[in-house]
Amino acid sequence: MTPPSPALELINLRKSFGAMEIIRGVDLAVPSGERHAVIGPNGAGKSTLFHLVSGRFRPTAGSIRLRGEDISGMAPELINRRGLSRSFQVTNIFPRLTVWENVRCATLWSLGYKYSCWRNVERLADARRRTEEILTEINLIERWRTPAGVLTYAEQRALEIGLTIAGDADILLLDEPTAGMSRNETERVVSLIRKVSERRTLLMIEHDMGVVFDLADRISVLVYGEIIATGAPEQIKANAAVQEAYLGAQVA
Amino acid sequence: MSAADSLDLPSGRGEGLLATYGAWIAAAGALAVLPHVFRSGLAVSTMSLMGIMIIFALSYNMLLGQTGLLSFGHAVFFGLGGFLTVHMMNAAEGAGVRLPVALFPLAGGVAGLAFGVIFGAVSTRRAGTAFAMITLGIAELVSSSALILRHFFGGEAGVTTDRTGLFHPFGLTFGPQVQVYYLIAAWCFVSAAAMYALTRTPFGRICNAVRDNPERACFIGYSTRTVRFLAFSLSGMFAGVAGGLAAIDFEIVNSAQLGAAQSGAVILMVYIGGVGGFAGPIIGAILVTYLQATLSDITDVWQLYFGLLFIGMVMFAPEGIAGLLARQQPLLQRGQLHRVVPFYLLALLPGLAAATGLSLIIEMTNQLTVHAPDGPAMAFGYVRINANAFLPWLIGATLFLGGTWLFLRAARLAGDAYDGALAAPRTQKKPA
Repeated sequence: MTPPSPALELINLRKSFGAMEIIRGVDLAVPSGERHAVIGPNGAGKSTLFHLVSGRFRPTAGSIRLRGEDISGMAPELINRRGLSRSFQVTNIFPRLTVWENVRCATLWSLGYKYSCWRNVERLADARRRTEEILTEINLIERWRTPAGVLTYAEQRALEIGLTIAGDADILLLDEPTAGMSRNETERVVSLIRKVSERRTLLMIEHDMGVVFDLADRISVLVYGEIIATGAPEQIKANAAVQEAYLGAQVA
Repeated sequence: MSAADSLDLPSGRGEGLLATYGAWIAAAGALAVLPHVFRSGLAVSTMSLMGIMIIFALSYNMLLGQTGLLSFGHAVFFGLGGFLTVHMMNAAEGAGVRLPVALFPLAGGVAGLAFGVIFGAVSTRRAGTAFAMITLGIAELVSSSALILRHFFGGEAGVTTDRTGLFHPFGLTFGPQVQVYYLIAAWCFVSAAAMYALTRTPFGRICNAVRDNPERACFIGYSTRTVRFLAFSLSGMFAGVAGGLAAIDFEIVNSAQLGAAQSGAVILMVYIGGVGGFAGPIIGAILVTYLQATLSDITDVWQLYFGLLFIGMVMFAPEGIAGLLARQQPLLQRGQLHRVVPFYLLALLPGLAAATGLSLIIEMTNQLTVHAPDGPAMAFGYVRINANAFLPWLIGATLFLGGTWLFLRAARLAGDAYDGALAAPRTQKKPA
């Protein structure tokens, strides 16, 4: 009897830029439904890891498996269509489109409209419903007419998450969703992430240890392109190597 | 009763016949009535050309405004559409095939689409500057081929046809220009409606998303290359329709119609009218065609004026005429427009003076250089002047420099007035 394949599995993943090896043999398995956080010092390769998984970069070696299917080196849109959606550390939205249009665009592929050029987009009841749901969920429904480029920073970060979940992907990669936010805003985003990651698999990069220990079922620590420890929050807190490499005085 | 209602969210229901189609009904009415208002032969043929250019400019806006693709070779599809149409017309006439003239722009559309697919497969692999450079290369390739493949392109003379030699149902011979005008008007209306509808489809919205942020578009499941390719091909198709209409209108197509000047003209139209929105390219096509028709009669350096107009627009009003008009919309809603109009007029006067001064200097320079054999005596408008005299130069320089200075000051005042009017509370009404 074989166990079900993990939602996401990285096997000996490597990425070099020229002579510089940034990701140096990462092995990681995220079972379906888990909230998994990747932590590590600046320059450890966390964002590079996300770029590899989401298809923005092509791995130098190793493989990435999505529910057992090898996706390494696939184009980002193909990975997205297989149900893996990501957010960005630096807000990456459609600035001239309205908030409504931003989210609706992100729903269209998964609802099967693809490149349709014969349907009136305003008449798509399912896209409209889904957009309304997402906007309510991310608390931007009152700003639906606003061009995304003029939203406040926190609102743009919320929209970033909205775009990531709009396509109904079941694996989410969130890259520092609370970066640059106030305490209050962070709390709101954490409860939002908790809500949207129900029934989904979540992999997130986060610097705020409060958020990490609050949200994550398991944590991996990435240092210089290698995962030095993976485990439940309590194990990570207690791990001497982790404390030395990264957490240091913060937790002690 | 729910929160959604108070937010006035999109309902998906139409907003009533008039709100949805009012502008289109008005446009159709205007197209029908115009030749009865402007009856002269020149007016009807200018309006015919405007209709063609509206389609051409809108097709270019699908690329530049909707999808964010700057192409330097859009006339390739206009020209090839024209050539295919002419050859089809000649072939139909030769073979005695009973096809009405009104259908031949379809040949242009098919040609535009086919070449759009071929050239799009190459150019849309890249975006941004690389895309622009590839389109420039394709444009050069096609226009140099046009001079080599004389059999198809007819060399420098081009290929002629006779639209009256074809099948004429309902007694429409398309001999009189006004019949051609109505043919063009009908195609213009249908094409514009189709291109507008396209902006309101999932594909149209994704084009906007790719324009705004191609990287993110990949991460919501879309291949930006496919989006660019589809937009490029469809845009080529409509440009081909415009080229086909031009072939019927002029009864001749030559290689100039697929050359760099024509590609430049469409960029000019879209920029002057306003990139992005749907009205901008229409305004630009009408204005530029009108100026081309009138300015070229008045002065032989009219292209210089176009260059200046283009630079001026890009520098001072990058959103184009449509953008300037759109900025008055919130003032109109607040009932504050009356507060800024006097300032606009205040800026307009020195602006016109500066333009006159500059034009005087340009025309005198032209007289003394290009027209040197004709001597220094010339006419500027209704005024006879001597280009060698000191006074006209002094007047020209004074008008230009003084006008520019006053214009810039008045423009700043107008800007302040605009901001002030915009800041005024929405409910405040002028006391009766």
